[in-house]
Amino acid sequence: MTALILLSALGVIALLAEIFSFKKLLFPVVVLGLITTFVLNLVDWNTDKSWYGMMRAFSSVLIGITTLWFIMAEGFFKEESSLTDHFALILFALVGGVVMVSYTNMTMLFLGIEILSIPMYVLAASKKDDVASNEAGFKYLILGAFSTGFLLFGITLIYGATASFDLPVIADFISSHNGAVPSMFYAGILLMLIAMVFKVSAVPFHFWAPDVYQGAPTSVTAFMATIVKTAAFAAFLRLFASTFAGAGSIWIDVLWVIAALTLLVGNITAVIQTSTKRMLAYSSIAHAGYMLLALIALNQFTQSSVLFYSLAYSIGSIASFGVLSIVTASRGNDTTEAFNGLAKTNPLLAVAMTVALLSLAGIPPTAGFFAKYYIFNAAFLSGYGWLVLIAILASLIGVYYYFRIIIAMFFKESNGNASIEVTVNHKLMFIITILLTIALGLFPDFIIRLL
Amino acid sequence: MSAIQTIPINWYLLLSVVLFTIGVLGVLFRRNAIIIFMSVELMLNAVNLLLVAFSSYLSDSKGQVFVFFIMAVAAAEVAVGLAILMSVYRNSKSTDINDLSRLKG
Repeated sequence: MTALILLSALGVIALLAEIFSFKKLLFPVVVLGLITTFVLNLVDWNTDKSWYGMMRAFSSVLIGITTLWFIMAEGFFKEESSLTDHFALILFALVGGVVMVSYTNMTMLFLGIEILSIPMYVLAASKKDDVASNEAGFKYLILGAFSTGFLLFGITLIYGATASFDLPVIADFISSHNGAVPSMFYAGILLMLIAMVFKVSAVPFHFWAPDVYQGAPTSVTAFMATIVKTAAFAAFLRLFASTFAGAGSIWIDVLWVIAALTLLVGNITAVIQTSTKRMLAYSSIAHAGYMLLALIALNQFTQSSVLFYSLAYSIGSIASFGVLSIVTASRGNDTTEAFNGLAKTNPLLAVAMTVALLSLAGIPPTAGFFAKYYIFNAAFLSGYGWLVLIAILASLIGVYYYFRIIIAMFFKESNGNASIEVTVNHKLMFIITILLTIALGLFPDFIIRLL
Repeated sequence: MSAIQTIPINWYLLLSVVLFTIGVLGVLFRRNAIIIFMSVELMLNAVNLLLVAFSSYLSDSKGQVFVFFIMAVAAAEVAVGLAILMSVYRNSKSTDINDLSRLKG
């Protein structure tokens, strides 16, 4: 609750900055405000292992990653005319994300998703003169509203069957029927499943994600790939791994197929992309597939492994999108060739990118390795050996396209590309991401023990 | 028994499913951006109708409160959507979504 109030207040302060003209101060105020919220959120941490602990953990991840994101997206806030709007929209989107990880009522789930989504539609289309950005915002809006329609129809059918929007009441309803629920409830769960799969962009409902990720400004793409995805996954987890867990026989088989398709389609399509931004978009689809594995496993490791995975994945994505936006801005395109010889001209950028990509690929000793290990372990213990096998094969394909960029940075000639100017804040941010990725890889127990 | 209950609940369910399906098909098959918006609204209003019917049948007011939330959010969504559509139109002089296919791969 404190987090929600503080973040909303920060958003309002950002809007007031336009009127009282303290725009220059806004960046440090917002970053300090976010750090304060993060600390306060940790201070009244409750160590019980209920859903309360999970939502605390996920909201801390969201706020922490947003702080990193603000430092990464410094360049996004250079444009004078709409600077305060961008701050406010991002902060309100974060409020939506926090609501999405901490709801106990379907109404709040719906409102959280919308509070998160509507600012993202605006931000995706925020380059007003760029047709690609317009197109991205428009596609995101139409498909977002479309999936919300499914979500609402699902909620309504469940309401019709149970006469309640409260998650505990719905869970009681399932257990009192011993899993043999009425057909209206059954349809409701499947419609909500479609909507949530849409939101986390898993195959076959992923087609919007690459276009939106590519067209939106790179900083906004980084926000969508990290905070939006983590929030959507936490909401998914809250709904299906606790409330609908009793009716697992209805949705687990469907989700099994979706996870396998997501892993294969995401990774294989990423290989054939020439644009690095689009490649990262497909890889983020593939990462949704890994996280679905933990959801299917539905055992005591589900929550902690998804938390660790989303943290490792978000840090890796922030760093890789950060390097990508700097390289794209200075070299004019985002093909693999743009990274040629980066290790010689900008060693820090190259090392940050390498650590991030190794983490995304799941190579030890980075955080990504243990993230994948815990997820595979959870799925294996619940008897989904075949799915784990598919996931391991898919992650081998992943290694191929991540290494293509690492090879370009270290073993290709730079063709006379000059060294790129990097601001102090960015340097600091990259050092933090490198340290965090390696620290989480060396001491993964620290996060896993939390839940 | 209120007036709404003189019709069996299954009829409301059927009507909502039909309206919702028309909305879904409209989004999938129409090419004009404004008609797609109207189809999305149709989907949301099918949900509203069903919520009100359930709410009356279950004699429970929570469903009707939810309808207000849906209406407010839908209005916000359309406001943002039309603004984005305006900037699309300024750049491409068209509201046909077939013209919005520059991003591919």
